[in-house]
Amino acid sequence: MLKSRKKLNGYRIFDIVNTALVVLITLIILYPLYFCVIASFSDPHEVSLGHTFFFIKGFNTEAWTNVLKEKRLWMGYRNTIYYTLGSTAYNLILHIPLGYALTKKYLPFRNFFSMYFFATMYVGGGLIPCYLINKSLGLINNPLVMMIGATGCYHMIIIRNFFSSSIDTQIYEAAYIDGASEGQTFFKIAIPLAKPIIAVEALYYIVGAWNNYYTALIYLYKEKLKPLQGVLRDILINNSEIHLNGFETADEVEALMRKAYLAQSMKYSVIIVACIPLFLLYPFIQKYFTKGVMIGAVKG
Amino acid sequence: MKTNIKSLLKQMYRCRLLYLMILLGFVATFIFAYLPLWGIVVAFKDYSSRAGIWGSEWVGLKHFKRFLEYPYFSTILINTIRINVTCLIINFPLVIIFSLMLNEMKSQKLKRICQQITYMPYFISTVVVASMAILMLNRTGLINLIIAKFGGQPTDLMSEPGAFPFIYALTDTWTGLGWGTIIYLASLSGVSLELIEAARIDGAGRFRIIWHVNLPHLKPTIMTLLILNMGSMLSVGFEKVLLLQTPLNSSTSEVISTYSYQVGLVQQQLSYSSAIGLFNNVINVLFILGANKLSKKLTDVGLF
Repeated sequence: MLKSRKKLNGYRIFDIVNTALVVLITLIILYPLYFCVIASFSDPHEVSLGHTFFFIKGFNTEAWTNVLKEKRLWMGYRNTIYYTLGSTAYNLILHIPLGYALTKKYLPFRNFFSMYFFATMYVGGGLIPCYLINKSLGLINNPLVMMIGATGCYHMIIIRNFFSSSIDTQIYEAAYIDGASEGQTFFKIAIPLAKPIIAVEALYYIVGAWNNYYTALIYLYKEKLKPLQGVLRDILINNSEIHLNGFETADEVEALMRKAYLAQSMKYSVIIVACIPLFLLYPFIQKYFTKGVMIGAVKG
Repeated sequence: MKTNIKSLLKQMYRCRLLYLMILLGFVATFIFAYLPLWGIVVAFKDYSSRAGIWGSEWVGLKHFKRFLEYPYFSTILINTIRINVTCLIINFPLVIIFSLMLNEMKSQKLKRICQQITYMPYFISTVVVASMAILMLNRTGLINLIIAKFGGQPTDLMSEPGAFPFIYALTDTWTGLGWGTIIYLASLSGVSLELIEAARIDGAGRFRIIWHVNLPHLKPTIMTLLILNMGSMLSVGFEKVLLLQTPLNSSTSEVISTYSYQVGLVQQQLSYSSAIGLFNNVINVLFILGANKLSKKLTDVGLF
């Protein structure tokens, strides 16, 4: 009797400690973002003294007003929105019909096509060969480079698995018997049933395009073509200066110090500005992304 | 035979719309994935833009020799491996432990909230993650403020070569800890409750149940992910390294891919750079084959 009670206590303690640790880890992961928010709204000097670990101190929007006036940031936003829309449309038009067609067992040479797409998962040209091909296609400094590209095998697999596992083939057969053409079954039956996977994929492409920095680094050199991520790198990492009002004649030490603190605070605001679309989309993203991971893992 | 071909053609004609659906993907993949494969030949040539890929002169293995004789060859090779090993040692077990912890949580609601919060950093762009790391780690950043609070001496961690692999690995922890649990949690939901109940009746404590029931259940998943990790031992998140790199930490942060980028696109030595890229790819394939074989021998789990 005593022994089993001991065991029960052990179980309870385990649960309490475990839950506490998970919550602690969660808070630690959340903290850097939280710190950016409070630091961006606090008096820059207080931030530099370490007085803003948990709460805003000396509420101040100077950093924000300067950041929101920054033209480059808005230009980057605009470019990225274009690139994201283009890339998402292109990828959906490419992948959804492709994944659908490859589920059709009666399609001649179906296995050849599957192999053709899968092979790209294991062999790739690498940076320079890709660069040379894209260069010869005129894609250097061309916004199209941010939108188009090869088939993503991972997405193809997810979509194909969805069509073959979630939609009963009998539905198609019934439609064929009723005299529906291949096009009608695709647009009238498959697409409406595939809405969940279209949402999953659309979000994948949106997040991918929004965060894409690599392509622009390699192919886009013109300032006015830079996507948001490129602008962020210039401001946050390469420290190219943001124009500050009221500091044109700053030459006293104190003013210079204030300017340095302010620059730091502005970086926190820039980070928040860059993350806002993500936070807004996040409820959808985390719901659909985990779904996508699961559909992809079914095949493994 | 003739009727066979005829019926095949007939079937293909019937499927013409399906072929149309494949067409865009087929062409795009040909241009963006297969043509670059053909472009690999520049690694064996002295590429000049005037002569083009085909017209340039063959030079055999010259560029590969040059890379092997590069004085910092071993340094960048070791740097690449050091960053990967640091990530593997720190993050691989952490994700498994965190999954097991989440799995043991009684309150489903709290569990879901913790999952949602820890997944979030995964969606933040590499540029922002790297910037946050730099902001937090520089002389006036958060980490140094905390160090100062405890009476320590602030140091600029970004220019500390020894810290680089850890900084890299910890940014990976931040973005990947929660996200990495998805696949393990899915697998853990398949653990048989009867088995756990039986272990409990036999008097096993929570740790022993986790150790003898949950963990063995995860073994295939762990091995698969480990093999995939080993296979990418020589490829490192190029973007993040490039963003976190400073002249002061380059003695540990220069890796094969950043070097290849530097000589290729910045200095325009295209042939040399593609030779480095090809070398890297070949080694990667060897690594994954080796890891696969080793895993099959030790645990009977393999990818192929």
